[in-house]
Amino acid sequence: MSSQRRVAQLSTPLFAVGGAIAVAATIITLAGLDAGAALRAAVDGAFGDSFAVLSATLKRMTPLLMLGIAVAVAFRAGVLNIGAEGQFLAGATAATAVALRLPGRFGPLVFLAALAAGAIAGAGWAAIAAWLRRRYLVTEVVSTLLLNFVALNLVGFLIRGPLQEPTGAYPQSSTIPDVGKLPLLFAEHRLHLGFLIALATALGTWWVLKFTAAGFRLRATGASPDAARSAGQIPVERVQAMALVASGAIAGLAGASELTGVTHALYEGISPGYGYTAIGVALLGGLHPGGIVIAAIFFGALGAGADAMQREAAVPAEFASVVAAIVILCVLAVPGLMARFTSGGRAGSAT
Amino acid sequence: MTVADGFLEATVRSATPLAFAALGELIAERSGVINIGLEGSIALGAFVALLATAAFGPATGLVAGGLAGAAIALVFATFVVTLRAQQVLAGTAVSLLGLGLAAALHRISMIGPDAVSQVVTIPVVTIPVFSQIPLVGPALFAQPLTTYALYLLFPTAWFFLYRTVGGVVVRATGENPEAAHASGHSPDAVRFGAVVVGGFFAGIGGATLVVAQVGTFSDGMSAGRGFIAIAIVALGRWHPGGVAVGALVFGAVSALQFLAQSLGWSVPYNLLLAFPYLLTLIAMAAFGGVQASPAALGRDGATRR
Repeated sequence: MSSQRRVAQLSTPLFAVGGAIAVAATIITLAGLDAGAALRAAVDGAFGDSFAVLSATLKRMTPLLMLGIAVAVAFRAGVLNIGAEGQFLAGATAATAVALRLPGRFGPLVFLAALAAGAIAGAGWAAIAAWLRRRYLVTEVVSTLLLNFVALNLVGFLIRGPLQEPTGAYPQSSTIPDVGKLPLLFAEHRLHLGFLIALATALGTWWVLKFTAAGFRLRATGASPDAARSAGQIPVERVQAMALVASGAIAGLAGASELTGVTHALYEGISPGYGYTAIGVALLGGLHPGGIVIAAIFFGALGAGADAMQREAAVPAEFASVVAAIVILCVLAVPGLMARFTSGGRAGSAT
Repeated sequence: MTVADGFLEATVRSATPLAFAALGELIAERSGVINIGLEGSIALGAFVALLATAAFGPATGLVAGGLAGAAIALVFATFVVTLRAQQVLAGTAVSLLGLGLAAALHRISMIGPDAVSQVVTIPVVTIPVFSQIPLVGPALFAQPLTTYALYLLFPTAWFFLYRTVGGVVVRATGENPEAAHASGHSPDAVRFGAVVVGGFFAGIGGATLVVAQVGTFSDGMSAGRGFIAIAIVALGRWHPGGVAVGALVFGAVSALQFLAQSLGWSVPYNLLLAFPYLLTLIAMAAFGGVQASPAALGRDGATRR
């Protein structure tokens, strides 16, 4: 039984990724474009040389890994945090404010403070949803989603108001000073310290979930809230609220890392939907930190490859969203498909 | 036109696509399925409507937009109803799918000499007598035909849900699928149908943006309306009358921008844009929302991840 489950665990991601690429290739072909050339350009753009790997794929993987971990922390507690996007923006905004305001003589403390501010802002943004859920029974699914749009418009307001660059010509903040920027890992590549922070976040989350009492309470709550409450004396509502806040903190850290490591300025398009893609990262990774690292590599390569595909083969990069969507759907469908094939066609009966 | 007239007219105009999408969400939710993927239906509906309108005219454009929305909802229904995928997560994926497809296909369609970027929008039809009613007359009765369609659709939806056998089956499926099953109706079939019909209306909502309002397609033009539709349905207590009022409330909030402009208020545009989302959060907190929702809403597959 357990070996059967292991096979299912390992074959699900392969099935999902293969299915998604096949569907996207079909659509690209039907649209009259060259799917083979697109695929070659994508693979080349993601893994072709050290620039592709270090400056494109791994750089793009960094926010997705942190956000995937953030989403998984909430999901493992049974909380559907759809708001990683908003928490990411909150983190990036706070990091901008701190990096622009702190005097340069603090040295590396500036980017550390910016990262810390990002995590706190993300936690605070998620805490709104946690509070609405505990105090007013507002489901976090809708509240976290709506808060994404509030965050996006707040960023829009700030970069045209208090945080706008001094000339007032562009809707964006000033570039942060060099002391606020994360160090690069290689002299001639764009991969930055945030990549190591992301890996450390994954490792730390794995350790907390597996070896600490808090991690056990979180997993027990997500596995069965009723059993956790009655048999385990676990304060389920509080654990879920804390998980949502922790999830927000990690997402905020991701935003701060992206700002201090890559964009160096705040503007509206700072996240091309990373927070939503992260749901795919978390699910494809089986909500397990190790799996999420691998899933983040795939999604990082997908983003890098899509850019190359548009550049080299004139196939729109937006097909990356299509692939991401189909990956999520396939992963979600696997339990239902398995039930269908193992119960001898009785799956059509009532729930 | 006075400032008040302009504000009310903008309210009804902004409410129109929202009302189509919310009607679609209402039908799905009354059957027990929360469809967060309507955003995808709206986006693809808008894009397809542009091409179909350019080729065959606005009527075909609206229907084609509806069918495109239904097609996206069909994908959602297949995964959620047939394969028991978790509703919210599948809905998020279907949003990505619709938005991504619309943006990618739009980019492809812009290549070449016969690319379509603009169509003529359908005209405002002024209804005699009614449009002379003080204050609300011009706002309600000097609109494109798509808005008038809603005046028929909402009472029809009410009649269907509360006065026909089919409506009772849909509502029973949303409240207690086991009971609906025991009385000889397949909850899966009902939900599948409700989701697809809901996607059709959301697609028409997207199409009205192109056909009746701006005459062109741009990335992100769905602008979260699929998500706002979910808020409107909650605000409207899952009842057609309430949903119509909810759509007008959100239309009014969008129209505040125009009001602020004409009165010369210096309220930052982005803060106004954030306001409807805050209003929904406040409304959901104030009215609970939990008690009035269909009892089985979102339940299927929700425990399995």
